[in-house]
Amino acid sequence: MSSKLYFRTIADLAAALDAKQLSSVELTQAVIARTHAVEPCIHAFNSFDEADALAQAAASDARRAAGQSCGPLDGIPIGLKDVIAVTGQPLTASSKMLKDFVSPYDATVTTKLKKAGAVLWGRLNCDEFAMGSSTENSAFGPTGNPWDPTRVPGGSSGGSSAALAAGEAIATLGSDTGGSIRQPAALCGVVGLKPTYGLVSRFGLIAFASSLDQIGPFTRTVEDAAIVLGAIAGHDERDSTSFQAEIPDYRAALTSQRGPWKLGIPKEYFATGLDPEIAASVEKAIAFYQSQGCEIREVSLPHTQYCLDTYYVIATAEASSNLGRYDGIRYGHRSTAAKDAVDIYAHSRAEGFGPEVKRRIILGTYVLSSGYYDAYYLRAQKVRTLIRQDFLHAFRDVDALLTPTSPMPAFKIGEKADPLALYLCDIYTIGVNLAGLPAISVPCGFTKSGLPIGAQLIGQPWKESNLLAIAHAYERAHDWSAQFPIF
Amino acid sequence: MNYEAVIGLEVHVQIKTQSKMFTRVAAGYGHEPNTLTDPVVLALPGALPVMNKAALDAIIKAGLLLGCKIAPVCKWDRKNYFYPDSPKNYQISQYDQPICLGGSVEIELPASARNLMGEHKKIPLTRIHLEEDVGKLNHGATDSLVDYNRAGTPLMEIVSDPAMHSAEEAYAYLTSIRATMIYGGISDCDMEKGQLRCDANISIRPVGATHLGIKVELKNLNSISFVRDGIDHEIKRQIAVVERGGTLVQETRDYDGQTGTSQSLRSKEMAHDYRYFPDPDLMPVRVDAEWKTRLQAECPELPFAKQRRFFEQYQVPYSLTSVLVWDRMLADYFEAAAQLAGPGKAQAVGNWIVNDLLRELSRGSAAAVGDAALRPRSPARDGGVAAPADTHALATSKVRPAHIAALVGMVEAGTVLTNAAKEIFIEMAATGDQPAAIAERRGLCAAPIDTNELETWCRDAIAANPKAVVEFKSGKDSAINALKGPVMKAAKGKANPKLVDETLRCLLAVM
Repeated sequence: MSSKLYFRTIADLAAALDAKQLSSVELTQAVIARTHAVEPCIHAFNSFDEADALAQAAASDARRAAGQSCGPLDGIPIGLKDVIAVTGQPLTASSKMLKDFVSPYDATVTTKLKKAGAVLWGRLNCDEFAMGSSTENSAFGPTGNPWDPTRVPGGSSGGSSAALAAGEAIATLGSDTGGSIRQPAALCGVVGLKPTYGLVSRFGLIAFASSLDQIGPFTRTVEDAAIVLGAIAGHDERDSTSFQAEIPDYRAALTSQRGPWKLGIPKEYFATGLDPEIAASVEKAIAFYQSQGCEIREVSLPHTQYCLDTYYVIATAEASSNLGRYDGIRYGHRSTAAKDAVDIYAHSRAEGFGPEVKRRIILGTYVLSSGYYDAYYLRAQKVRTLIRQDFLHAFRDVDALLTPTSPMPAFKIGEKADPLALYLCDIYTIGVNLAGLPAISVPCGFTKSGLPIGAQLIGQPWKESNLLAIAHAYERAHDWSAQFPIF
Repeated sequence: MNYEAVIGLEVHVQIKTQSKMFTRVAAGYGHEPNTLTDPVVLALPGALPVMNKAALDAIIKAGLLLGCKIAPVCKWDRKNYFYPDSPKNYQISQYDQPICLGGSVEIELPASARNLMGEHKKIPLTRIHLEEDVGKLNHGATDSLVDYNRAGTPLMEIVSDPAMHSAEEAYAYLTSIRATMIYGGISDCDMEKGQLRCDANISIRPVGATHLGIKVELKNLNSISFVRDGIDHEIKRQIAVVERGGTLVQETRDYDGQTGTSQSLRSKEMAHDYRYFPDPDLMPVRVDAEWKTRLQAECPELPFAKQRRFFEQYQVPYSLTSVLVWDRMLADYFEAAAQLAGPGKAQAVGNWIVNDLLRELSRGSAAAVGDAALRPRSPARDGGVAAPADTHALATSKVRPAHIAALVGMVEAGTVLTNAAKEIFIEMAATGDQPAAIAERRGLCAAPIDTNELETWCRDAIAANPKAVVEFKSGKDSAINALKGPVMKAAKGKANPKLVDETLRCLLAVM
């Protein structure tokens, strides 16, 4: 455990808060001070509101003093990716389009975190409209990786992973459409969980690709992930795609659900293009589970090779429609060059969106166009079904799949200029979104140059308890989570 | 050459629900601009739609009323296009799987006279689907303002086959749909409030041809008479173009009802590519048999069916049913009164309602809604289907079906005379008192007449009017009326005319 407050876990801090060894105001002040110290170098935040955070912390302390603590998250500073709505706070999606937009309402996850007593802290940088794998696509500048600030933190939720790794928050929320939680978690050495599609409400999450987007936590430990997931999961009548189910006690499941488990190793995920150091670390993780009596099986996900293409058809098609609302009419950037309504659209969108967002809108518009729909969108949906069947077929024999999270460790800012090269960052994560499955990235070592490596565990639908328990078993036996960037 | 018009109508009907199609905010008309909004209506970042089940109920009911096949699953699609009245820049609609398929609308065409039933036809429907309405643009001199109050209101689009051939048919079709929707409680269909809107697809072809000609879509037919005028105008315009040797182009035209002219809005080349795709924010909704059965039970009998039944069950003529059946409340009112009055009295009941009650009602609320709107009429006549404002007057009228039944009973029994009954009716409408009580109070009962005295008066009348007697005897039946006057006079107006008639005839017969 770190002596520094800002590097401690939710579980640990909650105990200290309950024991009155610590106040939320002290904790929040420590996080604010740390943020001021490292932000010039990291730039994980688009904005933060210290007075607001301290007021929330004081309210939390008052609750605890009155014996009315809301639970383990009460008084814990949690940062939100800048695509999740908080009343009265900016909501920019790291886009010039929404540079001055302030949300008049709360996302459902925001409401739930407020109910749990969390101190909502800051708006975290990301790729514009969550489109990217490096956070370099932010209109407000890139975020540095705390392990090496000349390198990217991953993306699109790079601000969320970097802020946590750098001690600028105790936990953060991100959103994952094709790997946007797990990949930055891997690159920053933290835990990142993408829940089953439909477990966490999307109401108040700026939509990128509605059928793939899912909100999830970044935490230092699997236990913390279980705590945050328990707070944000559950049916929401304002999201038609949210699932009606009882939410189990994920934290209790960490110890109640015991192995040995059957783990599948998809052979397609260890093919060419995988960094050898990452391969070696994941092999060690496999060996660990084997040593614990788990049965390890090679499995095949034969449609893996089509994941990327399928994803870029479906995600861009949905995005091209979802981003239609940013037109400069009711809110957001409006060009002063416009002369009439059509002009407002053309100029405002030309000025407000960055190049990657435009690229995806154009691609998505194309694949939905009359005459192309069947060849692209409809076919992609069919392949998506096959990809999901691959996973479900594999799950007949195994409890979870173990894979690398990212084929490469954190790369240099500006290193990958070719958008297609960047798309390859998500090859191990995208299939999970297409299949709607839960998956978690846990730290599983470092490269020789000191960059974090993540392993991905992919679970069966709605079996987050099981997935977290499997991840927890690994984490308990390793100390990767107890290592912090030195700077 | 003679031409035949081929017409298909796309009718948009706003569904009367408490809240909007995909969010809880209230739906309504006439509110301060942009007050019926929320993050979903304004398409704020992160807002998501959730389906209003009441709207789906309403369209399924509409489909059942019109004999459509109800799809087992309600599926949602996005129709993408940029326009400032569309907050998301896509409209949630139904593309390839409309909730209602097929079905038909029964129409009645005008007959040669108002009291004659016109020809009936069934216009086949292609589909009915559910979608959300858009906002409203208000154009100023230098700027345009958008009001999103209407945006997101549940809207159904009823698409007919290209199966109509005249403006009259189109007009009858629209009025029949309107009556059906009002009857089913699905919409108030007030065209002035935009609750019913109509676009027409019109083409012409030589009489006898079976192919479809070049189609023109006529927009902005936003009053019930503009529909007739606009279609008439377009048919004439197309014939004129062809007769001149010109060619028709597939286009969308805007009809201006004030000037009776139309102008081209856009040609086929400029048609939108809406990039329809299934809305990933909305799950398909399964409509099972139980759901349909429940709604079927809520479906009322439609006007034409009611008209046929009133004729068969009560022998009420067309001249009355064509007034009675077009307002559901009025029809129910009639039927209640007819039941209370008993066999053989339904026509009299109908006469009192159509001639006296409706006059009293229009007198009572003429200031508020205008006389013309108050009388429900057959759509075949003038499309003046009763709007709910009219039925309000009926609902609050002090004359209840029991009053009418009682009054009819008194007249039939000879307890009161027709003129007295008219007086009683007026007082009944004002006070709500029972007709017998009024007759008693006002001394309007026909006096019980001594038959001997009546016979004496009749003999006197016959003796005093030999000319009328001769005429009657020679076959002129109406000559008897000249004898009734003196009898009534002698009886000071309180004799039962039926009894007078009978007595006179008896005496004349034995002469």
